[in-house]
Amino acid sequence: MTLDRIKRGQCFKINCIPDETVRAQAIRFGIAEGEWLTCEEVVPAGPIVIRKNRQQIALGRQLAKAIAVSLN
Amino acid sequence: MSHCHGCSIKIDIPEGARRIVLVGNPNAGKSVFFNYLTGMYVDVSNYPGTTLEISHGRYQGDVVIDTPGVYGISSFNDEERVARDVILSADVVINVVNAVYLERDLFLTQQVIDTGVPVIVALNMVDEAERQGIKIDYALLSQLLGVPVIQTVAIKKQGLEEVKQTIWQARQGHSDPSLQKELDQLVNRVGSRGEALLILEGDATVAARHGLEPANRREEIYLHRRQRVNQLVNHVVKEISKSTAFGNALSSAMIKPLTGVPILLLALYAMYQIIGVFVAGTVVGLTEETIMIGQYEPAVRSLVGNFISEDSTLGTILVGEFGLLTMTFTYVLGLLMPLVVGFYFFLSLFEDSGYLPRLATLVDRVLTSIGLNGRAVIPLILGLGCVTMATITTRLLGSERERRIAIFLLGLAIPCSAQLGVIAGMLAAVGPEFVALYALVILAVLVVVGTLMNTLISGQSSDLLIDLPPLRLPRIDNVLTKTFIKSYQFLKEAFPLFALGALLISTFQVTGILTLLQNALAPLTVGWLGLPKEAATAFIMGVVRRDFGAAGLADMTLAPIQTVVALITITLFVPCIASILVMFKERSKKEAALMWLSTWVIAFLIGGIVAQLSNLLGVSTPTQVFAVIASVLALAALVVIAVRLSKKQGVRRDASSKGAA
Repeated sequence: MTLDRIKRGQCFKINCIPDETVRAQAIRFGIAEGEWLTCEEVVPAGPIVIRKNRQQIALGRQLAKAIAVSLN
Repeated sequence: MSHCHGCSIKIDIPEGARRIVLVGNPNAGKSVFFNYLTGMYVDVSNYPGTTLEISHGRYQGDVVIDTPGVYGISSFNDEERVARDVILSADVVINVVNAVYLERDLFLTQQVIDTGVPVIVALNMVDEAERQGIKIDYALLSQLLGVPVIQTVAIKKQGLEEVKQTIWQARQGHSDPSLQKELDQLVNRVGSRGEALLILEGDATVAARHGLEPANRREEIYLHRRQRVNQLVNHVVKEISKSTAFGNALSSAMIKPLTGVPILLLALYAMYQIIGVFVAGTVVGLTEETIMIGQYEPAVRSLVGNFISEDSTLGTILVGEFGLLTMTFTYVLGLLMPLVVGFYFFLSLFEDSGYLPRLATLVDRVLTSIGLNGRAVIPLILGLGCVTMATITTRLLGSERERRIAIFLLGLAIPCSAQLGVIAGMLAAVGPEFVALYALVILAVLVVVGTLMNTLISGQSSDLLIDLPPLRLPRIDNVLTKTFIKSYQFLKEAFPLFALGALLISTFQVTGILTLLQNALAPLTVGWLGLPKEAATAFIMGVVRRDFGAAGLADMTLAPIQTVVALITITLFVPCIASILVMFKERSKKEAALMWLSTWVIAFLIGGIVAQLSNLLGVSTPTQVFAVIASVLALAALVVIAVRLSKKQGVRRDASSKGAA
């Protein structure tokens, strides 16, 4: 499934971030493919906020649609 | 004197001086270190990507250079390119690291260490980390990184002296052994280890400098670096307790629409009370009316009057109605300065508390429909203060496409505070149904034009991808410094534009072009908008200062619907002359001219449509006014749907013709 379909509080694994720039930027933020993360918040029809340890990142909905994730 | 080689920024470096470069993630607190070392002021920015001007100063005969806050160095955006080039030319790097976000910040640290430049790490905000239950073994961190690590609380000046004393003990740190080996091989060919690293990481610009193809190894190197940093953090960090539950709950509430919108409204209401009522009323009343118009202008008039007659051409240009020495100073210092300070104060407060990125997350959905993303909320809010200031701020947007949309919307549909004051006063005199008509028409124009631009302009806007720093109580000294620097920078940049604008308008006045324009506009005002002939004067005045235009209308006797039509037209009408000049500065001449002409067309088109509709449907009862509102909104919806459909068909046609080929 893709990241835009995640629900608040769910844990998920990032499988694939297709955009190269976004992928590199995410690694810098501490989020790489294969990493387990938590969904902190979902703004209805809006951005998804994900968390790893203390690091929180908001991703726009379109971006989230392109990111493949899997649940445990 | 030599220049900072290899970079596009020119900094004079005295003979023999070394380059001390400050590097850190956004929000790490670099600026305090900069100020401490150089004694100079610098923008203490908190929101990713607000400073592109590079500050530099002297420290004991050496040069200290600040860099924009970045998460890594490459060519992803201007900030990174600038930071990259300054770091590559550094003799020593002071890397400021936020102790609360060690995992994120050390990625940059490790990357800078990998470039081979001597580094010293300032582990900042250790007090905040401790409060959040994070304990860092800094001696071990220093050992693992291979560079000195100093604990600091910059804002309280703790540890700064030690950093100063330790600068020249900076060392080359430890890199991954296999990466090290590869770098050693490449360094023979390119001469610099830093450039070798960036070429391996696929930086095309740096590779081109050496006539090489960039290696496509970024991902691999990044992942290794990420693993290395994660292991390092596991070794040195002991977490004792979880972070505060209240902060998390508040953070969540700011992002969710159900609670986030009321919080935003509350924040806007506070802004309105302080800026709209107190600053715009009481403070501006004092600075503009009493000080500038009451004291300053007569003084400068009599001073200039000693040498030249006030009625002469030169006299008019210098101290006339739109005089260079009178209006420019009164406007910039008496009116704009208090408002700009007020707006930047709130912006700094929002930034420092961590509210801004959450606000960007909240409004992202709305702004994506007009081709922007959440970050554009900053220029849009600032536009309510001063459109010129907001237009300059659009530099933080992610793509040219977004800047184009934001700048045009600012020039078209966002009334600045000077204008809002007069508009509010005039709307107070008409019924609430007319106020609704005015507000909804402007909002509809904003949405329709934004949607049209988003549909018609080719390309794609960037997606929101921002880091949400922890919420904290804003530190007042930080907020005040930021407010001061931002206001100062804006006034420094805008003052010449306002002066040039005043000069242009005075020239128009002296040469009679102003009257000519007023007469030329008259048929449009009377026939199409249904306003008295004199209203044309107000529009032309609006070119000078937007509030002049609105104020010109306030003196006329108008029916309520005439007031609304006139206000709609003047709000949408061309922005003030300083904004236009900024538009020309920030965009290409052709594009700016097109934007400028479009505001004319749209203003008169929309004003006319409202005037004609109300003529047709009548406005004597509130119900009739609501009928006008409904038809305007229906028209807006129709336009949006029509354009979306035609775009979809266009796409389909493209796809099918491609398929046929």
